[in-house]
Amino acid sequence: MFTIIDRRLNPKGKSLANRQRFLRRAKEQVMRAVRDASGRRKLKDIDVGGDIVISPDGIREPTFHRSASGGLRDIVVPGNKEFMTGDRIGRPPRGGGGGGNEGSEDGGGEDEFRFALTREEFIDLFLEDLELPDLAKRKLKVTESVSFQRAGYSVSGSPTNLNLVRTMRNSLARRIALNRPTGDEVKALREEIDRLERDNSDAERLRAARAELEVLLRRTQRIPYIDPVDVRYNRFQAVPKPSAQAVMFCLMDVSGSMTEHMKDLAKRFYMLLYLFLTRRYKHVDVVFIRHTHRAQEVDEETFFYSAETGGTVVSTALEEMQRVVMERYPVEEWNIYAAQASDGDNALSDNAKTSALLSQVILPMCQYYAYIEVGQDGVPSGIGYGGGSRETDLWRTYKTIQGPSQPLAMKRVTHRRDIYPVFRELFSREAAQDAMAEGVDA
Amino acid sequence: MTLMLTSDSAPLYTGADWDYDKVRRTYDAIERIAVGEMGLDIYTNQIEVITSEQMLDAYSSIGMPLLYKHWSFGKHFARDEGLYRKGLRGLAYEIVINSNPCISYIMEENTMTMQALVIAHAAFGHNHFFKNNYLFKQWTDADGILDYLSFAKEYVAKCEERYGFTLVERVLDAAHALMNHGVHRYPRRRSLDLRLEAKRELERQEHAERTFNDLWRTVPSKTGGPHPLSDRDRRRALLELPEENLLYFLEKKAPRLQGWQRELLRVVRHVAQYFYPQRQTKVMNEGCASYCHYRILHTLHERGLITDGAWLEALHSHTSVVFQPDFDDPRYGGLNPYALGFAMMQDIERIATTPTDEDRAWFPDLAGRGDGMAALKEAWANYRDESFLLQYLSPALIRKFRLFHVRDDAREPEMRVQAIHDERGYREVRQALARQYDIAWNEADIQIVDVDLTGDRRLLLEHRVMNQVVLEEEEARAVLQHLADLWGYEVVLEEVEAASGARLKKHTVGPRTVLGGRSE
Repeated sequence: MFTIIDRRLNPKGKSLANRQRFLRRAKEQVMRAVRDASGRRKLKDIDVGGDIVISPDGIREPTFHRSASGGLRDIVVPGNKEFMTGDRIGRPPRGGGGGGNEGSEDGGGEDEFRFALTREEFIDLFLEDLELPDLAKRKLKVTESVSFQRAGYSVSGSPTNLNLVRTMRNSLARRIALNRPTGDEVKALREEIDRLERDNSDAERLRAARAELEVLLRRTQRIPYIDPVDVRYNRFQAVPKPSAQAVMFCLMDVSGSMTEHMKDLAKRFYMLLYLFLTRRYKHVDVVFIRHTHRAQEVDEETFFYSAETGGTVVSTALEEMQRVVMERYPVEEWNIYAAQASDGDNALSDNAKTSALLSQVILPMCQYYAYIEVGQDGVPSGIGYGGGSRETDLWRTYKTIQGPSQPLAMKRVTHRRDIYPVFRELFSREAAQDAMAEGVDA
Repeated sequence: MTLMLTSDSAPLYTGADWDYDKVRRTYDAIERIAVGEMGLDIYTNQIEVITSEQMLDAYSSIGMPLLYKHWSFGKHFARDEGLYRKGLRGLAYEIVINSNPCISYIMEENTMTMQALVIAHAAFGHNHFFKNNYLFKQWTDADGILDYLSFAKEYVAKCEERYGFTLVERVLDAAHALMNHGVHRYPRRRSLDLRLEAKRELERQEHAERTFNDLWRTVPSKTGGPHPLSDRDRRRALLELPEENLLYFLEKKAPRLQGWQRELLRVVRHVAQYFYPQRQTKVMNEGCASYCHYRILHTLHERGLITDGAWLEALHSHTSVVFQPDFDDPRYGGLNPYALGFAMMQDIERIATTPTDEDRAWFPDLAGRGDGMAALKEAWANYRDESFLLQYLSPALIRKFRLFHVRDDAREPEMRVQAIHDERGYREVRQALARQYDIAWNEADIQIVDVDLTGDRRLLLEHRVMNQVVLEEEEARAVLQHLADLWGYEVVLEEVEAASGARLKKHTVGPRTVLGGRSE
C-alpha cells in the first residue's frame, strides 16, 4: 500500500526565513555589492534586483579537514591507459585533474559567492536608513483609492462573507432557548415506538409515545434549525487610502564644459533619487530638462547621451521647469522634487535672475531641491561648503539663497565613489529630522 | 526495428505526461516486481509530488522536509537557486527520506517514465536499503525522525524568541562547525530513542527543578576542600576521556553553557548522527537503488508494460547517471558512486550466477551459488562502503574500470603508480580504494584528551595525524575558535604523528565571546 500526496500547493517560500537570516548575516558584504551593482545600471532599471557577488568572509562554514597538500596520499582513480606499476607521473596542476579526492570541499576553491537578490531585497538594502525630508507637507492625490478592512459583523451581506461560526453560535443559542428537540431525542423516541410496536405489549405507552413524537416533530418544524435571524456576515469597511504622487525634475547643464565623466556622476545621482522616490511614492513622474543657453524638456536617452553646444544660462532651465509645473503638475497635487547637476558655470549676467527665480518661484513649490556640483575626476575638492577660492559662480549664487527655511541642499561630487555618501548625507534620517525641525521653526 | 520482445499486455501508459492514475498503476506494477519477485523489504511508501522550487527548498535543508532555521541553509539555497536558474546545474530527480513511512519526493516536471524510474529507484531501492542495512538499523530511528525534527525546529524557534537570533545563531554556527565530530562511531549503552527526546528534555528540567534544594549550598565541604585531582588518569576517567564526540563532550561537560545551549548542541548532534550512516554507504546505497530501478524497468519493458520509447528514455537517464569519466577526462570529478555501486551490484549477480574460474578462486563462497538476489540482499544488509568494497570488488571490475593506485608523497618530486589492474595489483588497488571510502581514514581523527580542571580549565585536543597530512590551518583555527567559545576557556589542539608520537603543530585559541553568559 502506498500514499501519494500532492504537495505542490503547499505554501511557497519555506526557505524564506533562512534567506532572511542569511542576508542579515552577510549584510555588510551584500550592501557593498549592491552599491557596486547599482553603478552599472540604467536609470529606470536600477530597481530590478539581480545577481550580486559577495566575498565569502563572514559566511564561511569552517570544518576540520585535512590540508589539500603535503604528506603521503593514496589515490585510486579509474581509466588507466598506459601506466605500469612503478611508473612515475608528474603532479597535475593544482585544482584540476586526477588527484585530490578530498581537495576542494568548502574551504578551498571558493573565492566568491554569487547569488540573486529580488527587487525588494535589493532596494531595501540599497536605501537603508534614508528618509525623505519634509515628507508630510504636501498634498495627497485627488483620487483616493479605497481598501477594505474587517470591521465586526453585520446581519446582511453577500453569501461569500457568511461567518459560519457566528451564525452557528446564534443558531445553537436560539435552539436551546426555544427548546427545540434534538435529533437524539427524536431518534430515541422512534426506537421506543418501534420496540413497543414489535412487542405489542404496552398499548398505553405506545399511544403516549406517538403523541409525544408528534409534538416533537411539530416543534422541530416550527423552530427552524437555522433561522434568518441567526445569520451573520463578516462586515468590511471601506477605508480611503491616500496615495501620494511625486514628480522629479532632473536639470542638467549639457554645455561643452560638462564632460562625460560629469554626466555620469549626475546620472548616478538621479538614479538614486528616482529609486528613493519610487520607494516613498506610488507614482513618480520624471521630467528631464537639459540646458545650455536655452533649455528643453527631453527624454532620458537624449538627456544623458546626446551632445549639445552653447553657452550656459541656468535660469532657462528653471523657467522651463516652471513652465512644466504650471502645465502639468499643479503644486497642490504633486510633491515636487528637483535635482540639478552642473559644473558650476553660469553666464555672469544670469546669476541675479537665477537667484531670484530660484528663491521666489522654484523653491516655494519644491519639496526639496538638490544641487549637485560635479567636478573633474582627480581634481581635489573640498566636499562640503567651504570650497574657499575655488567656489564657482553658481555655487556662490545658491549659497546666498540657502538658509534654514529653504529646502535647498548643495553638495560637491568629483568621484563616483562620493555619490552614494553624498546622497546618504542629503537624505539620512537625522538630516530629515533637522529639516522637519527647521520647518517648524520657520 | 522493434525492440519489443514480448507484448502479452498493453503498456501501463503511453506518452510523456503523467497523472495520478498512471502513477498508481505503475506503482502497483513496480511493487509486484519489487516485492513479489525480487523480495524487497520496504517501509510503507509515501510519494509526494513537489515543484522544482520545493525541490530547491528541500536541497538547502539537507534534504529534510523540516529543519530548524539557520542562515547556512539560506546560503545554500541562494547558491543552488542561482546555479539552477542559469541552467548550470540540474535538479536531482528525487529526494528520499529515511523515515517510516518512507517519503520520496518526485517533481511535477518529470515525465511519466522518469516518475516510474524514480519510484523504482527511491521508493523501492533506497527504501529497502534504509530498512535493512545494519548501520541504518543501528543508528537511525526511521519511526521517530520526523517527530524529532519537528521538535528540534520548534525548540530552536522558541530559543530564538527567548534569547534572540544572534545568540542562537552563534551556538548553531559553532555546533555546525563541529558537526562532523559530533557522532558516536561505536554503539554505546544508551539507545537513541528520538521519539522520546522532547519528553525527556522536559523531564530532565522538571527533575532539576524538583530536586533543587538551596540547603545543599550551605553544607560545609570536607576539610581541606575537594580531593585534588592531581592524577591525570583519574581525571581522564572522571570525564570519560579521551572523547572523540566533541559535541557530546561539550554538551555534557562544558562548564559555562546554559541549558538551552546544551540542548541546541544536542539537536545538531542528533542530526549529524542521523546522517552518519548515509555518509558511510554512498556507493552501496546508490548501487542498490540503481540496480533496483534498472532491473525493475527492464522487467517492465520485457513484459511490454512500458513502451520502447519509455524504455529508451529510461536507459538514457540511467546511462547518464551511471557514467564514469576517466581520470584524464575534463568531466572527471572523482569516482561516481552510482557507477561503481551499480557495476558492483551487477557484478555480484554475475558472480553468483555465471562465475568464471577467476571468480571461483576469489569468491569461493559466492561464486555459482545461483541466487543472485539473495547474495545482494545479504551484502546490502551487512556491509558499509569500506567493507563492501574490500569484500566484493572483483578483479573483473578492476579491469573494467581500469583502476590504478597512485601514491603521492610530498617529499618526492613525482607521484608513483603503486598498482594497476594486473595480477599483482588487484589486492592493493582494492584495499586502497576501500580505504578511500573509510570515514575513519578520510576524516581527521580528533579527540579531546585532557582538561586542566584545577588550573585554568584549558581544554586539550589531539589530532592524530596520519601520513603526515596536517589540518588545513586557517579553517582549523576558525573551528577551534567556535570550540573555545563553547568551552569558555582556552583550547589547545596538538597535531601528533600517529605512528611516532612526534608533535607536529600546536594551535592555541582563546574564547572570543563566552557563549554561556553566566557561569552556573
